[in-house]
Amino acid sequence: MAVFRETVPRDLQGKLMELNWTLVLLLVLLGLAGVGMLYSVGGGSWSPWALNHMIRLAVGLVAMVVIAMFPPRFWMGVSYPVYVVALLLLVLVEVMGVSINGAQRWVDLGPIRVQPSEIMKLAIVFALARYYHDLPTEKVTSISGLLPPMMLIGAPAVLILGQPDLGTTLLLAATGVAVIFMAGLSWWFILVVGGIGLFGIVGVGLYGLENILAEYQMDRVRAFTNPDFDPLGINYHPNQAVITLGSGGMTGKGFLEGTQSKLGYLPEMQTDYIFTALGEEFGFVGGISILAINALIMAQAVAIAVSCKSPFLRLLTIGITTTYASYVFINVGMVSRLLPVVGVPLPLISYGGTVVLAVLAGFGLILGAHIHRNAEPPRGAGLFG
Amino acid sequence: MRADRQEQDLKFTRRALIMSGLGGVAFTGLAGRLYALQVLENERYRLLSEDNQFNYYLLPPSRGRILDRFGVPIAENRDSYRALLVPEQAGDLEEALDRLAQYMPLSDYTRNRILRTARQQERFRAITIEDDLDWQTFSAINLNAPDLAGITPDVGEVRAYPYGAAFAHVVGYVQSPNDEDILNNPREAERLLRHPGFRIGKTGVESAREMDLRGSAGALKTEVNARGRVIRELPDQSEPPEAGQDVVMTLDADIQRFAHERLGQEAASAVVMDVNTGELIALVSTPSFDPNLFVGGISVRDYAALRENDHNPLFHKSIQGTYPPGSTFKAVVAAAALEHGLVDTSETIRCTGSTRLGPREFHCWRRQGHGSVNLHEAVKTSCDIFFYEMADRLGIDRLYDMAVRFGVGQEFDIGISGVRSGLMPNPAWLRGRYNEPWTTGHTYNVGIGQGAVSMSPLQLAVMTARVASGRAVEPTLYRNALARPAPYIGLSEDALNLVRNGLRSVVHEPGGTSFSLGGLGIEGVEMAGKTGTAQVYSITAEERAAGVRDQEDLPWRLRDHGLFMCYAPADRPKYACVVVVEHGGGSSAATRPARDILRRVVARDPSSRAGVFADISNSRRGGA
Repeated sequence: MAVFRETVPRDLQGKLMELNWTLVLLLVLLGLAGVGMLYSVGGGSWSPWALNHMIRLAVGLVAMVVIAMFPPRFWMGVSYPVYVVALLLLVLVEVMGVSINGAQRWVDLGPIRVQPSEIMKLAIVFALARYYHDLPTEKVTSISGLLPPMMLIGAPAVLILGQPDLGTTLLLAATGVAVIFMAGLSWWFILVVGGIGLFGIVGVGLYGLENILAEYQMDRVRAFTNPDFDPLGINYHPNQAVITLGSGGMTGKGFLEGTQSKLGYLPEMQTDYIFTALGEEFGFVGGISILAINALIMAQAVAIAVSCKSPFLRLLTIGITTTYASYVFINVGMVSRLLPVVGVPLPLISYGGTVVLAVLAGFGLILGAHIHRNAEPPRGAGLFG
Repeated sequence: MRADRQEQDLKFTRRALIMSGLGGVAFTGLAGRLYALQVLENERYRLLSEDNQFNYYLLPPSRGRILDRFGVPIAENRDSYRALLVPEQAGDLEEALDRLAQYMPLSDYTRNRILRTARQQERFRAITIEDDLDWQTFSAINLNAPDLAGITPDVGEVRAYPYGAAFAHVVGYVQSPNDEDILNNPREAERLLRHPGFRIGKTGVESAREMDLRGSAGALKTEVNARGRVIRELPDQSEPPEAGQDVVMTLDADIQRFAHERLGQEAASAVVMDVNTGELIALVSTPSFDPNLFVGGISVRDYAALRENDHNPLFHKSIQGTYPPGSTFKAVVAAAALEHGLVDTSETIRCTGSTRLGPREFHCWRRQGHGSVNLHEAVKTSCDIFFYEMADRLGIDRLYDMAVRFGVGQEFDIGISGVRSGLMPNPAWLRGRYNEPWTTGHTYNVGIGQGAVSMSPLQLAVMTARVASGRAVEPTLYRNALARPAPYIGLSEDALNLVRNGLRSVVHEPGGTSFSLGGLGIEGVEMAGKTGTAQVYSITAEERAAGVRDQEDLPWRLRDHGLFMCYAPADRPKYACVVVVEHGGGSSAATRPARDILRRVVARDPSSRAGVFADISNSRRGGA
């Protein structure tokens, strides 16, 4: 029987040896697909997007590896402070935020403008992971043990909902619920909550959705359920997205040969709608390949989560994976008209520095979890221990 | 403790599997959706994307020309110089228009129209500032192009009628189609018809031959972006427009113009015809109007002036006007009487100026009478008494049959609309129309071309041609290289020659009603003719008592119509000419114009001996 190493590498060399290269390779592959598509969407040119994207990828990958080196104790220590800072920023948005397109989501911090709701998506994972790491096993299934995480999720959820940003609120809640579920929430509780939820949905259905949602939200629902509703207005881009995708066929029109993407039928082709350009030029084969790479990345991340010994690393990994997965599902679902329009980028392929860096930082944490999977930091070590 | 730990690990793994399962379901859903869109429904979306990608710009066809018998253009397409404005390139529109105003006048109306259009459409679409600029303005804009950013000189096509009013009625004009025109055209033509600046034939040949003249539109395939901006043109995948066919007329532009000018401002019409083939050489109606005014859209005031003019310039008199043929009809009566053997050249009839029929008295135009006249004399002097007698001998039925053989009351399709058929009355008609029995009095009246007989100038020309050639010519307006002389009408040449001799004597023998004309005016060429007067109003006894003796004393509207039919050369007839002058006060108003036109036609014929004679264009009114 081979010697089974169950130790945690301590020096830098040892840690680098333990890096999960499969995951790194998959991420690089996705990133390069992004560079290719941005080259194409940019009209067969490295500028304005492809080269920038490449540089950001390189920077992000380095940052990812650096983040992976940090021990779990460090991340546990910053968990609550990060959450508190994110929450304060959300309050700050409420007080002195910058309004863009009618929603107050940004806050100016000197040279940079941050979107605290995006920071909160990661912060909530940290806080919940830390909370459940410290919670005694027997209390995980109890009601009293459930109250603090409800509050951890509830406070930012209310603030973000007030911005207003229903999409991010739902995403945040879903991520939080996923972490709580993975922490070991008892099934009967899930059944009860599920039942109440179902009851609520039926109630809303009876009451009428139009009495709850704002008019602009109702229009989105109408647009989503009926492609012929306002075809040159609210439905123009969703319908064009479907044409772009659908016209690709099995193998696509060929690299740089996409007509829809080149002729400006979709706005911001380089960000939210990049997947349609890929579907147009590489067809069903290309689209399914991107989905497959993402599936492998997620499977790898879940495997890492399962291999971890400490609840903190497990839940951190699962939380980040859930967030990542929801980006992919929502983006592809939206551009293929399976979901209503939500402004969510396709990770590592869409153009946008913040997203690339945030996603790679997240995977840095997951890679770190893999390296430190055998670590067992003490539980109940106090708020900043 | 350790068991608890294992239990926890197992629970986490189990839940991780549940989460993965949910993820798997989501992925399967997305993959299925992509399969449905990209593989199953690919065809539909591929077409939609091509729709997005390409736009077809309509290329209007060049309209076919209308040519005279020698290929001279009567209707053609002229380059129209225009200035276009592309707002995107112009910067501030007000300023751009101010700059342009230095080189061409810009009314407030035009300025507002441009600014309004610019607000309504994409900024890269061109707006027509002004159509049909004169060359000076156009070159000024070209020359100052660097100073006029966003203003593009452009050349389009517009219909032009170089002969102006001369052909207005027969050739007609084109105008922008209205909703009714679009409805009356095939569906597939709608895009072309709605194309800005496209025009269709509204009247005359332009309307009758619209389908030949129009041609078919082409399409320029262009790749466009989402806003409709043309990215590039794809000429090799485009379809060029197919120009319309030229239509060749039998008309002679020179004769038509001459006839138009010769009739001047009279309310008159002239028809010139080849007596053997029926080809129409001229078809003129005056006063006329300039069809070029209609192409760009005639002003309400100009149109109202045309409508209200009592000389009816919009009315095509040569095919739509019908008049009692008067004495010109006597040629038919004479031919019928001879053909039926009811008279011979030696028989004379005594004319005392009137004849009694029951209680009614019928007069000769010559109150003092002609004395004893034979057929030749009767035709020459247009003796009414002689023809009352001929008509009576023939009876209305034989008279009617003969008139029909000469085209009276017959509808001729010359390929334009509006041809009127006039009327040749008979007992059946009178009973149906007025429920009156036919009497000899009616026959008398028909015998001198009065009563209910009515003919258009076109029919008079047909009648003249048939008398002259003995052929059953049908009038035609479109040149046909295979045109042959018409078959003979089936009357004996002897009878016809007697009539023709009579007609010749009208002009060439002393005592002939048109002897004062002095002939055709071309040495060696004789003509034949017959005058006619269509009474409009009878001068009453009271008026006569009050001093109204002459047509000159009557208001214009009440004066008699003057008619003259003629042909030449008298010995080998080739050309027939008919002139009708409305309210001319008598036949003399028509004889000189008709003779002058006929002379011009004969002089132009290369086979006529006239070619060697002096230029006759200056002796228009002089006669000989």
